[in-house]
Amino acid sequence: MNETVIGFGQDDAAWICGGCGEKLAPGPATLEYMGSEFCVTLMRCPACGLTLISEELALGRMLRVERLLEDK
Amino acid sequence: MDQKGLRDLEARCIQEEPPRCRAACPLGLDARALCAAVAAKNMTGAWAVLRRHMPLAGVLARICDHPCEEACLRGQAGDPVRIGALERAVAAAPEPRARPLPMPKRPGTIAVTGSGLSSLTAAWDLAGKGFSVTILTGSGGLGGRLAQFPETLLPKDVVTAEIELLKKRGAVFKPYDGPCVDAPASLLGEFDAVCLGGDDPSLPLSLTAPDSTEFPVTAALETPGLFACGLGADDAPYSPIRAAAEGRRAALSVDRFLQKVSLTAGRPPETQATRLYTNIDGAVPLPAVPMADPETGYSPDEAQEEAGRCLDCQCLECLKACPYLEAYKGYPKVYARRVYNNLSIVKGHHADNILINSCMLCGLCTAICPEDFPMADLCLSSRRDMTGKNVMPPSAHEFALLDMAFAQGEDCALARPAPGVPDGAVKRAFFPGCQLAGLSPDGVMAAYGALRDLFPGQTGILLSCCGAPARWAGREDLFAASMKTLRASWEGLGKPEIVAACPACMDMLEEGLPEARTVSLWEVFDQSGLAVPALQGTAVLAPLDPCTARNRPGVRDAVRSLLRKAGAELVEPPYSGELAKCCGFGGLMSEANPELAKTVAGRRAAESPEDYAAYCAMCRDRLASAGKRALHLLDLLFPDETQDPAAQPAATVTKRHDGRAALKRTILREVYGESLQEEARLQLVMSPETAARLDARRILEDDLRQLIAQAEAAKAYFLRPETGHKLAGRRIGNVTFWAEYEMTDAGCLVHNAYCHRMRIKTDAKEARQ
Repeated sequence: MNETVIGFGQDDAAWICGGCGEKLAPGPATLEYMGSEFCVTLMRCPACGLTLISEELALGRMLRVERLLEDK
Repeated sequence: MDQKGLRDLEARCIQEEPPRCRAACPLGLDARALCAAVAAKNMTGAWAVLRRHMPLAGVLARICDHPCEEACLRGQAGDPVRIGALERAVAAAPEPRARPLPMPKRPGTIAVTGSGLSSLTAAWDLAGKGFSVTILTGSGGLGGRLAQFPETLLPKDVVTAEIELLKKRGAVFKPYDGPCVDAPASLLGEFDAVCLGGDDPSLPLSLTAPDSTEFPVTAALETPGLFACGLGADDAPYSPIRAAAEGRRAALSVDRFLQKVSLTAGRPPETQATRLYTNIDGAVPLPAVPMADPETGYSPDEAQEEAGRCLDCQCLECLKACPYLEAYKGYPKVYARRVYNNLSIVKGHHADNILINSCMLCGLCTAICPEDFPMADLCLSSRRDMTGKNVMPPSAHEFALLDMAFAQGEDCALARPAPGVPDGAVKRAFFPGCQLAGLSPDGVMAAYGALRDLFPGQTGILLSCCGAPARWAGREDLFAASMKTLRASWEGLGKPEIVAACPACMDMLEEGLPEARTVSLWEVFDQSGLAVPALQGTAVLAPLDPCTARNRPGVRDAVRSLLRKAGAELVEPPYSGELAKCCGFGGLMSEANPELAKTVAGRRAAESPEDYAAYCAMCRDRLASAGKRALHLLDLLFPDETQDPAAQPAATVTKRHDGRAALKRTILREVYGESLQEEARLQLVMSPETAARLDARRILEDDLRQLIAQAEAAKAYFLRPETGHKLAGRRIGNVTFWAEYEMTDAGCLVHNAYCHRMRIKTDAKEARQ
């Protein structure tokens, strides 16, 4: 599974980086669970790279994939 | 588990055993299915049931002498279902046109003599198998002894129609004009096998059934290739079903003879004893439905009503008691196969991990099952298998195992003689167990005080976890490690008797630390004459036995004795004592399958209108979470007059976690007079809704404190300018936690928290930390 998945939450644009004060921008990231890796695009601080995972993503798509991998 | 182990296990579940009617039928007719079809007015389905089992069903269904009715369980609650009359009613309904299945021809020519029902059955079965069958008939009409049935019961054209069907199967009818059929040497020269039928007076046999042990099984006569059926004495009442069964028996032997295989080896029994158990406790006795016209039999409406009296015999006793067994749409035999298959899959989706991990391991099904089907053993051994192969889903039990480690760690664990008791002089050590310690630290303090008063100079305390979560998670390595630590503490105290509050702890201790004598706190309190305060308010209570007290009648009695001493009037709920039900915590169900655990607690809650009196801390908590009024026995023995103990809400995971650590500090301070430094902790403030959300997501406030402190220190958080909310995440162990919060004068106001197990591999800031 290597296709890029856009992992934004609806609300992500409302946040800025607390340390840098920068607006967040989409950036590539790799998610890993139980040996499987996924390339995704997540909102992150362009300056320091701090990456945001929204509740929507964590409890939605991410949780579904976690469960699938756990039962694989 | 190997294939044989699976089969042995499957055989212990009796749900698929035949119902009594079917077991009693020499042809194995599925009368339960027939009744179900007729009750649904599905005559097409009913005809299909007849055709599946009966030769010449149009004939036999009208005249069957129904030995099934004698066996019918409905007879113990009213009249037996009139299955024979129902068959007749089906036969009277028009049969849907069947598509004749062309059978591939097989080598082998067979002569069947006579055209009685036994001969016709043998011919029916053999022609159906593709053999060339010739029916040699006598001078009378076709049907032999069938002619004795009145036209109203068995119309001639029905017999003719079934014989036409037999011809369509390929059977040929020929008048017999040879010598006496009792001396069929000539026939055996002409045909590969000969089956003599004895129920056709127009072609009589002088033969009687040979007096051998084999003949009733094989229908084989002494001469190889010669078989006989329908040999009942002419003056005996004619049993059509037995005549048909004998024809079928002979046909099976002819088939085996022509295939040159043993007539007896591996031959299925014609009738069998059934082990199916059906509980008819709730069955209202019902008489048979009368027939408006006995001559014509049941009308379709009457038949429908009569078929509706069928009890639809099933076992399913365990499913009636257990929401878990009910939830997966099968029964233990099916589950055993599914668990086996799930364990056998190497690559692919393990859809039944959840089945294995949701069992409460409480043993109620085994206690109920007439054959003691061991569902808990099956699930527990499967979990061990999975952890051994490293294929256990990590999320299933991780929180519980971390919680256990915390309870066994230095924040919570303690082993000490009471003040003034020298090391080695401890005769009794109080082991409250980690859940009671977390849920009721005050109650544990009071109980420890009471024990010190009852046994001055010989009491100690042992705070830890018994390792039950490790056992339930299939982690025998962690269970052994738990016991090793516990043993060292116990030996350090001078090997005292362990006074345990929780029956699950008792189970674990008796197994893992068998050298120690373990007794129940409740028995000690009851027998030592503890002063029990009179109950305030509610005087009617339902004692709530935990599943772990199933095999501990002494503990159950002591609890009831204490409740009575308090002045309670006891109303036993269903499922108590040996049939105690789990609250949904057992086997870590509430971790692996929180939704189902909620259903379980809700059902348990609904089983009694009275307030429950629990003596398992988790039972009390789970019942409270289902909105049920429930108190714990400690609340009653050491009451807090300011509170209604039965109304206390369920505790969050944080409350249990923090309560355990607080208990140790309180004991050290108040009992042992130690002055402890209380660490300044970040004050978290949140709404009850947020607290409940954290609880459901298994997020500890301690973890949020850690992540917020880190985020604040490193300024590694997101900020929402219009609200001032901050959002920060941190990996702790195998989980990434996120908190949305704001710092206020009153502390840190937590608005939300969530977590995920997937890891961000490339996060610059996280990498830098």
